[in-house]
Amino acid sequence: MEHIDFSLVDWSRAQFALTAIYHWLFVPLTLGLSFIVAFMETIYVRTGNPEWKRITKFWMTLFGINFAIGVATGIILEFEFGTNWSNYSWFVGDIFGAPLAIEGILAFFLESTFIAVMFFGWNKVSKKFHLLSTWLVAFGSNLSALWILVANSWMQYPAGMKFNLDTARNEMVNFWEVLFSPVAINKFLHTISSGYVLASIFVMGVSAWFLLKNREHLFAKRSMIVASVFGLVATAFIILTGDGSARVVAKYQPMKFAAMENLFTGQQNAPLAVIGLLQTNKSEPGPNKQDFKIKIEIPNMLSYMAFLDPNAYVPGIQDLVNGNSEHNLPSYQERSQKGKLAITALAEYRIAKNAGNDSLANASLTTFQENYAHFGYGYYANRDVNELIPNVKATFYSFRIMVFLGLHFLALFIVVLILTLKNTIDKKKVILYTALWSIPLAYIASELGWVLAELGRQPWVIQDILPTIAAVSQVSASSVQVTFVLFAVIFTALLIAEIKIMTTQIKKGPGGHE
Amino acid sequence: MITILKKIWQFYYQGFRGMTVGKNLWILIIIKLFIFFVILKLLFFPNFLKTNFKTDKERSDYVLEQLTK
Repeated sequence: MEHIDFSLVDWSRAQFALTAIYHWLFVPLTLGLSFIVAFMETIYVRTGNPEWKRITKFWMTLFGINFAIGVATGIILEFEFGTNWSNYSWFVGDIFGAPLAIEGILAFFLESTFIAVMFFGWNKVSKKFHLLSTWLVAFGSNLSALWILVANSWMQYPAGMKFNLDTARNEMVNFWEVLFSPVAINKFLHTISSGYVLASIFVMGVSAWFLLKNREHLFAKRSMIVASVFGLVATAFIILTGDGSARVVAKYQPMKFAAMENLFTGQQNAPLAVIGLLQTNKSEPGPNKQDFKIKIEIPNMLSYMAFLDPNAYVPGIQDLVNGNSEHNLPSYQERSQKGKLAITALAEYRIAKNAGNDSLANASLTTFQENYAHFGYGYYANRDVNELIPNVKATFYSFRIMVFLGLHFLALFIVVLILTLKNTIDKKKVILYTALWSIPLAYIASELGWVLAELGRQPWVIQDILPTIAAVSQVSASSVQVTFVLFAVIFTALLIAEIKIMTTQIKKGPGGHE
Repeated sequence: MITILKKIWQFYYQGFRGMTVGKNLWILIIIKLFIFFVILKLLFFPNFLKTNFKTDKERSDYVLEQLTK
């Protein structure tokens, strides 16, 4: 890896980030609103009250709009894999194939059957069958997300696979290890619950708008009760799964953990900086050394968060880069030497195989297998190891803003629920405006979760195994720039279309549904 | 069997005919799929390895060379 076109790597990354960010604008509302609609319809079926049917149909229409605009936006990511990330696609092919195929089949059957019953089946199928279809759409769309998140989790924590030196592909040897890896479980639960919170905020915010406009009081208040209760439960779940995610990151991606906490030097009884303002330290070597200009800490909290032990040692950025013999941490220099051994062994294996030299091939295979865990570090053997540190400022701030917004949503759910039950919510203009303006905040929080997860693992496409510099295709950077602009235009047009259709439908109110 | 198929056909037919907001959404979905699969996929996103190499052996050799150079 002597000739790296960094412009190509950066544009390919930027394009993927842009597509993923846009795709994620549509997904979380689908995940959460499908369940909210299912709860509303359940109340309708149980009570027989036509007002609940009206409420259900309104939110179902908004679900349909979001679903229709968002459908297939994720397929662009697969196009990019094949064109811009061909080394990576080949390298992971068999691992990604199974989860993505299951996702495709599930999505097809879900979309063609139960969504059709949901929208066309009112008064044509029995109430119970219609309700069952609504629940199946909710479970199906969440299950569909599972497979995508399993694939992403494998990139954060590659498990259940074996690298085939003859084909240059990782092959799945244990499907259950891939599916039930601790990273996959936490990521799936944390991600879907973030969708539930976003959808709850959306329903609450739109309902608040109706109250501010002095329209549809009964509809708005009932919607708010469902949204705030669902939002509260989802927030409790998100705190629980976020806690689990933090421990998994600390264990399997310690550099990401150290970066998101700006922990430069490892320590026992590590405190958690609840609030912090970072300032780049230009006197220290390395591009990412950040000093705290201001910070408010909770003593021992970081150690507890990472290892459930307030006295535990948490490695810092410096310990991971330079190594720490006391805590049995190899330096990145050592790991890059081992990685280089694995890369050289792979090249020698190939030559030996072609020459029919089985003993050399076997010796190379052994060396490769012994060092494969460090394979990706080999690309940094002659480079600055500081390139292996992610962007500290971006991960530090994105984590904190996400958490603070999450706490804001929690408080809002509690306040709105109490005020709605007291039947005084329509008089509380400040709360109603806060609920309305929390809709964009929920999207920001949700996107920041991904910023943290994906920027925090840089430069790895597959943790410790494949960095971005080795994963890109040898295409021209200018062609990636052209498609970047194309995507920006297309996705922005889609977003404008969604907002326009959605706001038009909202303005019509529950009387204007199909 | 034919009755069931007829019922399913009627279900979808009437559903699509009765749409209001859905009609605009379907137009949008069709335009979007056309842009994605016909324009973007064919003109801008050829599969790099499938386009440049004929067999899986050639593809794996190329990737191995890329990974080890």
